Amino acid sequence: MAGLEDLYREIILDHYRNPRNRGELEVPPATMAEGFNPLCGDEIQVYVEVRQGIISEVRLGGQGCSISQSSASMMSTAVIGKSTDGARDVMRDFKKMMSIHEDGLDGDATSGQTADRPGASGLGDLEALRGVVKFPVRIKCATLGWNTLDQVLDLLEVE
Amino acid sequence: MNTLSLDVAAIKAEFPLLQRQVYDQPIVYLDSGATSQKPQSVLDAMNQYYAEINANIHRGAYLIAEQATTAVENSRAALARFLGASVAEEIVFTKNATEAVNLVAHSWGRTNLREGDVVLLSTLEHHANIVPWQQLAADQGVEIRWIPITNEGRLDLTDLDALLDGVRLLAVTAASNVTGAMPPLRYLADAVHAVGAKILVDASQWSPHRPTDVAAWDADFVVLTAHKMCGPTGVGALWGRRDLLDAMPPFLGGGSMIQNVTFDGFTPAEVPTRFEAGTQPLAEIIGWHAAITFLEGLGLEAIAAHERDLTAYALRTLTERLGHDLTIHGPSSVEDRGGTLSLAYRDIHPHDLSQVLDQHGVCVRAGHHCTKPLMKVLGVNATTRASLYLYNDEADVDALADALFAAGEFFAF
Repeated sequence: MAGLEDLYREIILDHYRNPRNRGELEVPPATMAEGFNPLCGDEIQVYVEVRQGIISEVRLGGQGCSISQSSASMMSTAVIGKSTDGARDVMRDFKKMMSIHEDGLDGDATSGQTADRPGASGLGDLEALRGVVKFPVRIKCATLGWNTLDQVLDLLEVE
Repeated sequence: MNTLSLDVAAIKAEFPLLQRQVYDQPIVYLDSGATSQKPQSVLDAMNQYYAEINANIHRGAYLIAEQATTAVENSRAALARFLGASVAEEIVFTKNATEAVNLVAHSWGRTNLREGDVVLLSTLEHHANIVPWQQLAADQGVEIRWIPITNEGRLDLTDLDALLDGVRLLAVTAASNVTGAMPPLRYLADAVHAVGAKILVDASQWSPHRPTDVAAWDADFVVLTAHKMCGPTGVGALWGRRDLLDAMPPFLGGGSMIQNVTFDGFTPAEVPTRFEAGTQPLAEIIGWHAAITFLEGLGLEAIAAHERDLTAYALRTLTERLGHDLTIHGPSSVEDRGGTLSLAYRDIHPHDLSQVLDQHGVCVRAGHHCTKPLMKVLGVNATTRASLYLYNDEADVDALADALFAAGEFFAF
């Protein structure tokens, strides 16, 4: 049975208490998208600035629960310094980790190809969010920032 | 000390789900505002329908079809009695309260409202009593106007006269699913009727908890749902004044709702069949009758008294135990207030709070409760909501207080 410690890992609480990259960026030159979780009313704004093909700055606005806030905070530190393609790679790995597999719904969830090899995904601190899949209702919290980043990257491609 | 007027231990024993454990502890179910649990008698009634008289109603000239028809029509009559309606034909079965509001908005609204007419809503409304009117507004050019709320989460009726200018319909909840406030319906009905308008009451959060009397309210339409009053999901009802229903066109078209169909068109059936297209949720309608029998067996006045006492106990206990760290979004007294407790505890997000409460077996709801305009006025994105019902007792409230305290420890920064 999944317990609270599976969900609220220390590093998650740290990012919740001390969120990284809070604030806004001027649009333009930055690009912004806004995301909503219709289940709980949480909202997030993701600002991304790209210079010479590299994500130079990310800022996060809005409010949400510890899972959505910490996931977005970790996301910001994970993608700064990466190319937009590199950011998409991280996003893909993260979403794979957040996908529920049928055999995992009994509360003993594992996910993705890397479940038995912590760290193998290259997600670093984001691995701490793996426990979220044991609480399926909270997956939308964990992915809110990422889906919003996805929108920003789509906007950047159009530009 | 237990001064509550219901034997809660005996009542709990009638609810199979309340016997189960979660995380190796007894379940503490405090989410009846979302849906109530069901007593064994309701489950039995639905099973019995399927096991003994399962047949489609009307037109079947065989014994079980007649028995099924009688059972469904008995349920209609029981619901009419329960609501204080004068005739059973004023009851239209729907899928839920939401569909009942949609029925009125689509049928009465599109027939009677013109560009420039005003539909008055309260800030306390559930999305179910907002969005159908916004759809109507978009299609017909109808204006939506809002009754504001006080700091205590009650309706602020100071400027009611001005708000009523041009109003053709007031759609208002009988009990808020967030603050628990119970607006003065008769006062509102009198004010609305004085300007020649109609009043629709959303009784979804009222009828499970207090005696309902549509005549005493002098309402024109009342909507409610079975699953919040110990009945099954999948069925609700519209009560409407007979003269209004008679003048309304059908909402959904299909089988059963017609008098005649030709190659050129159709003639609608009489009320209420006109509004009941297709096969109805028969087992659920019959299960609802069993729920009504269950509630009437306990007595709605006794249920109301129990909930008033328990709500007072909860307001007192939570405030004493958690002090200024706790905010309760709603009236601080139990007068005209239901047992709905929307909480904010420290700065812990409702999702996180409810997650910790869950580990203590305490089931509460976290979110905007389908009342986003109200959340905006309250200045929050979401709340944590505990809602009390007839099977809850002081121990359940104590468990909530304990679990909130534990959550505070867990998230102590």
